[in-house]
Amino acid sequence: MGKVRGAIVVDIERCKGCGLCVVACPTDTIVLADEVNGKGYHYAKMGNPEACTGCTNCAMVCPDSCITVYRLKPEKSK
Amino acid sequence: MIDVKDIIKPENLVFKKSKVLTDTPMHYCPGCSHGVVHNLIAEVIEEMEIQETTIGVAPVGCSVFAYNYIDIDWHEAAHGRAPAVATGIKRLMPDKFVFTYQGDGDLAAIGTAETIHACNRGENITIVFINNGIYGMTGGQMAPTTLEGMVASTCPSGRDHARDGYPIKMSDLVAQLPGTCYVTRQAVHTAGAVRKAKKAIRKAFENQKRKKGVSLVEVVSTCNSGWKMSPVDANNWMAENMFPFYPLGDLKDE
Amino acid sequence: MKGNEAIAEAAIRYGVDGYFGYPITPQSEVMETLMAMRPWETTGMVVLQAESEVASINMLYGGAGSGKRVMTSSSSPGISLMQEGISYIAGAELPCVIVNVVRGGPGLGTIQPSQSDYFQAVKGGGHGDYKLIVLAPSSVQEMADFVGLAFDLAFKYRNPAMILSDGVIGQMMEKVELDEYRPRWTDEEIIEKNPWAATGKKPVRGQNIMTSLHIQAVDQENVNRRLQAKYKEMQEKEVRYETFMCDDAEYLIVAFGSAARISKKSVELAREKGIKVGLLRPITLFPFPYKEIGSYADQIKGILVPEMNAGQMIEDVKLAVNGKVDVEHYGRMGGMIFSPDEVENALEELIIGG
Ligand SMILES: Cc1ncc(C[n+]2csc(CCOP(=O)(O)OP(=O)(O)O)c2C)c(N)n1
Ligand code: SF4
Ligand code: SF4
Ligand code: SF4
Ligand SMILES: [Mg+2]
Repeated sequence: MGKVRGAIVVDIERCKGCGLCVVACPTDTIVLADEVNGKGYHYAKMGNPEACTGCTNCAMVCPDSCITVYRLKPEKSK
Repeated sequence: MIDVKDIIKPENLVFKKSKVLTDTPMHYCPGCSHGVVHNLIAEVIEEMEIQETTIGVAPVGCSVFAYNYIDIDWHEAAHGRAPAVATGIKRLMPDKFVFTYQGDGDLAAIGTAETIHACNRGENITIVFINNGIYGMTGGQMAPTTLEGMVASTCPSGRDHARDGYPIKMSDLVAQLPGTCYVTRQAVHTAGAVRKAKKAIRKAFENQKRKKGVSLVEVVSTCNSGWKMSPVDANNWMAENMFPFYPLGDLKDE
Repeated sequence: MKGNEAIAEAAIRYGVDGYFGYPITPQSEVMETLMAMRPWETTGMVVLQAESEVASINMLYGGAGSGKRVMTSSSSPGISLMQEGISYIAGAELPCVIVNVVRGGPGLGTIQPSQSDYFQAVKGGGHGDYKLIVLAPSSVQEMADFVGLAFDLAFKYRNPAMILSDGVIGQMMEKVELDEYRPRWTDEEIIEKNPWAATGKKPVRGQNIMTSLHIQAVDQENVNRRLQAKYKEMQEKEVRYETFMCDDAEYLIVAFGSAARISKKSVELAREKGIKVGLLRPITLFPFPYKEIGSYADQIKGILVPEMNAGQMIEDVKLAVNGKVDVEHYGRMGGMIFSPDEVENALEELIIGG
């Protein structure tokens, strides 16, 4: 798991499962869940958390501001 | 070994929902461009620290409830009249930041006169123009911006210029007017495009301080419901079909 | 001074913040006077020529939402174009003043004076159940005085107010006494007096949203209930009218605006002949003096309603007396003005003889 440098938190109940974050992610971190949220949407989640670089691309394209992004400072992420 | 839990800590935060957005879930269809542009406006207002001095003018269109999402004072205008409403506000409160948020039917059909004359008078306002090539709110009818051949509920076999006229390039039109200082066409379909669009919106707000006239940011957008596509397909269709006719980039920057 | 000029002078002196308009005869002198007086250099009042009446009423909507005193003036075809905006302003409960210097219609009609926009002014005009406060001046002095009165009422009730004049009074020259200049409200005063205004969201309060949109039917009905309660309160508290020789009257003339001015002479002519007639002039057309007119029903034998239209206010007069007294209309249309003699003759023929 040494390569993990970033992580996202999805506000599951805000998510509408549009999938735009999935295609925007350069590292294929995100998948739509098999389960649905309270509104019946297949919400976004990290399917491959080790891959996330914290680049924020997914959060930028999310129309519903569901995604919070965290990234380790470079020295910590070695 | 670093665990996800060790990354998700306040000191590592690099992106979160803007404080200028309310917690009200947006009513837009999944994947609708309106939401992305709302976020950008909220971020710009937050970063410029102008939440207390900004007044928005909402249109009639899908974004009629924009005021439920961006936490500032607002005016709800009649369909197409936002630039006139904004004129009244800005003339009486010249030190406030005033912007309109308008769809293509609102800005380029029913509100054409108000748009052109606000631009021509050089009102010191920002216009954010969401061009999704369709009337989203009323169920996908043809807009003045609908591409030739593009299907909408009032041109089910595609827009035919012999019957329906041609798609109108409002940004090109208003860029010709001396009253505009900044006219740009942006998109929000990729993270890169979103970053550029945000810079454009920021500039369009900053320009109000220079009192040089209208700054208009057109955002070529999707309406996946009206277009009857998935959000991802709609973005691809837009890049393939809308961008050749509505090319991205600055039309004017003075 | 002309009636139209009096409007402009009074507006500046009253501390009005903004005027937005579009030229149309017979009221273009309002904006011309303002532009010549350059109030932006003295009181700071904004004066702007819009691209249409659609734009000017929406500029008013924006300006009114800022909590400032804003006004426009126009004449009938222009007021028709404003109806969408007026409905929104009434729905959003914002104060502003609209002057209609009425000319004859329908359509492009004539530039001559008329009273044919009574229904449009008092019964709604635009869509939805709403009312304007409507003041009808009958002199140049009242053109000036009603600017301030209209603003006071508009802000008291957060409702658009209309000054319903016509080309006779707009173009007429009379001596006028104008009020002293008063300063415009400061930004602090506006926030204090009009805490509802969209002046920029402050941490001490939630968002101020100027809107007439209530998508849920129950919410929209509640808004309508509140509006109706407000109109009822106006009806109870704000009726204004004037009487002339009504105390011993056996007959009544009910007329507004320039028709009332002419009818005053008709009353004098009739009195010379020994006919006991009085004039009741509604000053507020909404709220209409129903009770006040109704109170004469037992005393009088008939009412003449002279109007420069096909018979509009007569419907409210009939409602006021509720069938107890004969009510007849005498009208000229299309920009024709009746003389005092004509009205006096009509009184003898339609009411006394009829
Ligand atoms: C005077 C008037 N005419 C028509 C309508 C109906 N209407 C509401 S929104 C709309 C079109 C909106 O399209 P657009 O401006 O492109 O916004 P979008 O929903 O696509 O974002 C129409 C025709 C209205 N509300 N008012
Ligand atoms: S972009 Fe946002 S709303 Fe769409 S699936 Fe991803 S997290 Fe959910
Ligand atoms: S932050 Fe970047 S890498 Fe991580 S999930 Fe989002 S898009 Fe993918
Ligand atoms: S109809 Fe179109 S514009 Fe409206 S919310 Fe849905 S996707 Fe967006
Ligand atoms: Mg549209």
